[in-house]
Amino acid sequence: MSATLFEKIWNTHVVKDLGKGWSLLHIDRHLLHDLSGPPALRELHDRALSVCNPELVFATPDHAVSSKPGRTAKSNDLGNYLYGLLRQYSDDAGIRFFDLGEEGQGIVHVMGPELGLVQPGLTLICGDSHTCTNGGLGALAFGVGQSESAHALATQTLRQRKPKQMRVRFEGELPIGVTPKDLILHLIGKMGASAGAGYAVEFAGSAIRDMEVEGRLTICNLSVELGAKYGLIAPDDKTYLYMKGRSYAPDEEQWSAAEAHWRTLFSDDDALFEQEEIIEVSEISPTVTWGTSPDQIVSIDGVVPDPDTAKDPEERLAWRQAQDYMGVKPGQEMLGTKIDWVFIGSCANSRLSDLQAAAQIVKGAHVASHVTAWVVPGSQLVKQQAEAEGLDQIFLEAGFQWREPGCSLCVAANGESVPSGARAVSTSNRNFVGRQGPGSRTHLASPAMAAAAAINGALFDVRRCV
Amino acid sequence: MSGLKKVEGAAAPLMQANIDTDVIIRIERLTSGKSLGYFALEALRYLADGSKNPDCILNEKRFSGAPILIAGKNFGCGSSREGAVTALMEMGVRCIIAPSFGDIFFSNCFQNGLLPVVVSEENVEHLALQAEVGDLCIDLEKCLIKSPEGEHIKFEIDPLQRDALLEGLDELGQTLKWVDEIKRWQQQDRAARPWVWSSSIKKGMQT
Repeated sequence: MSATLFEKIWNTHVVKDLGKGWSLLHIDRHLLHDLSGPPALRELHDRALSVCNPELVFATPDHAVSSKPGRTAKSNDLGNYLYGLLRQYSDDAGIRFFDLGEEGQGIVHVMGPELGLVQPGLTLICGDSHTCTNGGLGALAFGVGQSESAHALATQTLRQRKPKQMRVRFEGELPIGVTPKDLILHLIGKMGASAGAGYAVEFAGSAIRDMEVEGRLTICNLSVELGAKYGLIAPDDKTYLYMKGRSYAPDEEQWSAAEAHWRTLFSDDDALFEQEEIIEVSEISPTVTWGTSPDQIVSIDGVVPDPDTAKDPEERLAWRQAQDYMGVKPGQEMLGTKIDWVFIGSCANSRLSDLQAAAQIVKGAHVASHVTAWVVPGSQLVKQQAEAEGLDQIFLEAGFQWREPGCSLCVAANGESVPSGARAVSTSNRNFVGRQGPGSRTHLASPAMAAAAAINGALFDVRRCV
Repeated sequence: MSGLKKVEGAAAPLMQANIDTDVIIRIERLTSGKSLGYFALEALRYLADGSKNPDCILNEKRFSGAPILIAGKNFGCGSSREGAVTALMEMGVRCIIAPSFGDIFFSNCFQNGLLPVVVSEENVEHLALQAEVGDLCIDLEKCLIKSPEGEHIKFEIDPLQRDALLEGLDELGQTLKWVDEIKRWQQQDRAARPWVWSSSIKKGMQT
């Protein structure tokens, strides 16, 4: 019987059919971070339950730790408290904890793939909505709340209802200056922030096949901004090349069996998708958000839309409120909009290729005098690799801060935030009201666009830099 | 968790789309040790100086402590923080009616005994108007919403999730009874996909 990539992975993980579309699914990998890990582990502790398979669970602090250069766990009081809990509970349960300063520490969705903890065909969860990032390697990965996390810790399974299937095909060659981030922002703008609700979204098409793994992780990262709990991409030679030699990837002895299995993971030609969307990538420009929902996007050479052109009264009101909050006016050009902060980081865009793209723009230039600009590498390993290439020096000489790995300004739960009223260009994934700090204003963009904005002190078209 | 059969009372119409989990509860409030209910929907309910926002419908006396929220589409989009559900519950909310919900928030509702009801945008708008007239009653056993003017609006809900809410089912406790089946599945999987199990042990990084 024909099946989608998602269904193939799903079907092989059903421990028990619960009827009416529900299954008890086996969970192959479970990642814990400092914010959602401790309450889930505490729930087990309170119920006198033990962790079912600690060897399949991995923990690292990322959300609440400081990213200040030279930081320790104590650099942030709240972070230190959560760090202590995660570490203690992990040690007690026999869960591998990747400590600050250690290779492996980082944003969970950056360290998971880079260590080989995430593999094609695995089921993987984390108490974090951006767990869908890991679908970029062909894994069935999704975010859960702390109750489901506790359920999986105690039983290594979850009760799930099979979602509907959607495929988005990005076809064609990326124009100069257009990146995976622009593709996914464009898609969210076109389809809306709730279009993916109830779906697993497979990304396919020639632009995805041509894309390196790190770009695919960025695409899948923002699946949840499209409303989808799952995003995934069929594994291929690029994936296997990426996996090879990673410390938790299958070893030489088992590699060929693993790869043979991975090569069965694709959607059959006649697989059924309830919805399909085709995007010609040649039509996409560097894209930024103007509002407070990730679907409020515009091409960098475009203008803030007029609420009078909204499709219904609800959208009109939403646009007005967003424009009030963001301090932008209908018809205002995005180009030249003055900015105060730049954040290059987050599970969307903090990998080595992201930092390379930003450094290429920054090299030899200087951050505008009124702008505070941060680079927060996604993991300890990204940081080391970037430093080995001298990227840290490029950023520092240009006036950026070069910081320690963590979620930092994307989540603002770590003593770090964009001040109220300040306008930030951010490579993260959420432009919600107050997301980067109460009153902060966020424009989402690609790393290259964020770098160009930092240099120019205003929103800038990266195509003029290349 | 106790069962939930009926929710009856005032319904506060919060007619905005995409009310995200950051708006429902700011992340640093989750670990503040204070009541989450006070901070629920803080960006809407309070002004920057901490005083109550007079323009927010939730601050009107008739909707204070309302057990029902009526909201625009994609309610609870964004992060997986379960505190978004507990914050609303601590504010007194027991049922949310919207055209659609964020998927993870939707799952988290059932984990905590909060009833999310999906009805068409048209019905949401109609119920928002009815909520100005008087109380609503949501009957989970009959899958009906009764308006103050006596109308009955039917809604659909997944039968397993409905039963779990009605009974106040402890999912984890239930699944623990299947431990033997889970262990058997794992045993056969170790043979079928040995790399999944052995690769969780660290080797040297070769890159």
